[in-house]
Amino acid sequence: MFEAIAFYLFSAVTISMFIITVMSKNALYSMSALAAGMIMISGFFFLLDADFLGVVQIIVYTGAVMALYAFGMMFFDATRDVKENIRAPKLVFLLSGMTALLLVLAFVAPIVSDHIQALYPVVDGVENPQAVGIVLFTKYLVPFEVAAVMLLVAMIAGIILAGKKMDESLTLKIDGDEEFQNKGSK
Amino acid sequence: MTLTEFVIATIVKILLVLGIVSALAGFGTYLERKVLAFMQRRLGPMHVGPYGLLQVLADGIKLFTKEDFVPQNSIRPIFMIAPLIGAASAFIALAAVPLLPEFKIFGITVHPIIADVNVGILFVLGVMATGLYAPLLAGMASSNKWGLLGAARTVIQLLSYEVVTGLSVMAPLMLVGSLSLIDINNYQANGFKEWIIWQQPVAFVLFLIAGFAETNRTPFDLLEHEAEIVSGFATEYSGMRWGMFFIGEYTNMITLAFLASLVFLGGFNEWGFLPGGLAIILKVSFLFFFFLWTRAAWPHVRPDQLMWLCWKVLLPLAVVNIVITGLVLMM
Repeated sequence: MFEAIAFYLFSAVTISMFIITVMSKNALYSMSALAAGMIMISGFFFLLDADFLGVVQIIVYTGAVMALYAFGMMFFDATRDVKENIRAPKLVFLLSGMTALLLVLAFVAPIVSDHIQALYPVVDGVENPQAVGIVLFTKYLVPFEVAAVMLLVAMIAGIILAGKKMDESLTLKIDGDEEFQNKGSK
Repeated sequence: MTLTEFVIATIVKILLVLGIVSALAGFGTYLERKVLAFMQRRLGPMHVGPYGLLQVLADGIKLFTKEDFVPQNSIRPIFMIAPLIGAASAFIALAAVPLLPEFKIFGITVHPIIADVNVGILFVLGVMATGLYAPLLAGMASSNKWGLLGAARTVIQLLSYEVVTGLSVMAPLMLVGSLSLIDINNYQANGFKEWIIWQQPVAFVLFLIAGFAETNRTPFDLLEHEAEIVSGFATEYSGMRWGMFFIGEYTNMITLAFLASLVFLGGFNEWGFLPGGLAIILKVSFLFFFFLWTRAAWPHVRPDQLMWLCWKVLLPLAVVNIVITGLVLMM
């Protein structure tokens, strides 16, 4: 009974949070609702005894949405409503709506199929992180390594793009105060 | 144990932990003033009650009776929710921490842990990190320039020190081979020499430094640095909403002290003649005192110094530490 209560509670909160994310005109409301919704999803993982995935969901999306806030802070006044300039609202609605519907159908399809079976069933006595590790380093080894290489490429690119003037301190940089700047860099 | 009993036991534990820890957090403010005062050759609070002990009560009355003020141009709901996030996430993080060893009372065995998640340490660190949404949302919603600066600093602090915390804990976890805090504790069961700090001194130092940044304590309390940005994210707050941020902060300090003593300092194992429960309370008290000691001894750092420390010193050290640990484990 408690599981059912928790499930319906989490579903209601998650869905309402994502509705706010889509509907709200204020960037701060949208982002906060997005963060809340993402963290609420971890509740489902905990209900399914997938503790590791639940915690990963929390950790990843805390950081990810936090980075989104940084962009929001730079581009918008968070306390004002954003006026979007959309030329063909019907087309945008149709395209994004169809995409969303397709995605939902693609993910829901396995429910009606009988041909789906777990290739790597849960082994007794193996904890969550170990189970994830086994699958990650056997079946999904190649995608895992490719993802690692791509992240490395992205990291190096980011360092090169951002790091041109890394030795200069922006905090110490005051217009026309060259002497102070030199003092700071030593 | 049936499900209903389990639920009742959990609720009792939750109420006990909430009550005791929030009282301790309040008492922590008194301790902080006293310790700082003695280190700076002052007396600290002396007038309310014996040795100023009732100062906590007086502060409580002040906070509760102050006007609950919301600025005109702020975003009201988020402004009001932000302090709650701070306090709630701090207590939720505490839920997965085994506070004391198992003990028996009235013939019932008590496990002093609210939720025995088998990935305990990740859960605690992750939920503690969500606590930084409190200063972020507070700063952004209060439509105040100092608040916004505080929020921006929250983002850089979280995004950089999350990495160091994770990497510094990784090396001890490789030794233990489990993410459960109880397993980590049992790994160090054979006394003083088995403490992980002797094998991983670098990881311990890195974890403590990153912990100071995550709980935004001095020297890394840039989010509310009075000398630069008035009071940062908390500029527009007053009364109990302001107080809630600090209940969250002190609870996070207690949680972090528990984590450090469980992972590195032998946890709640018996220490010589000391029983386990007393041992962990002593360790946690020392680490709490260490937080205050650092505040008295160190100046603030600048944001760019913080970034320099994180990305150019701590992160490479943490990675090197993991590589060396891995090599030693393979041999």
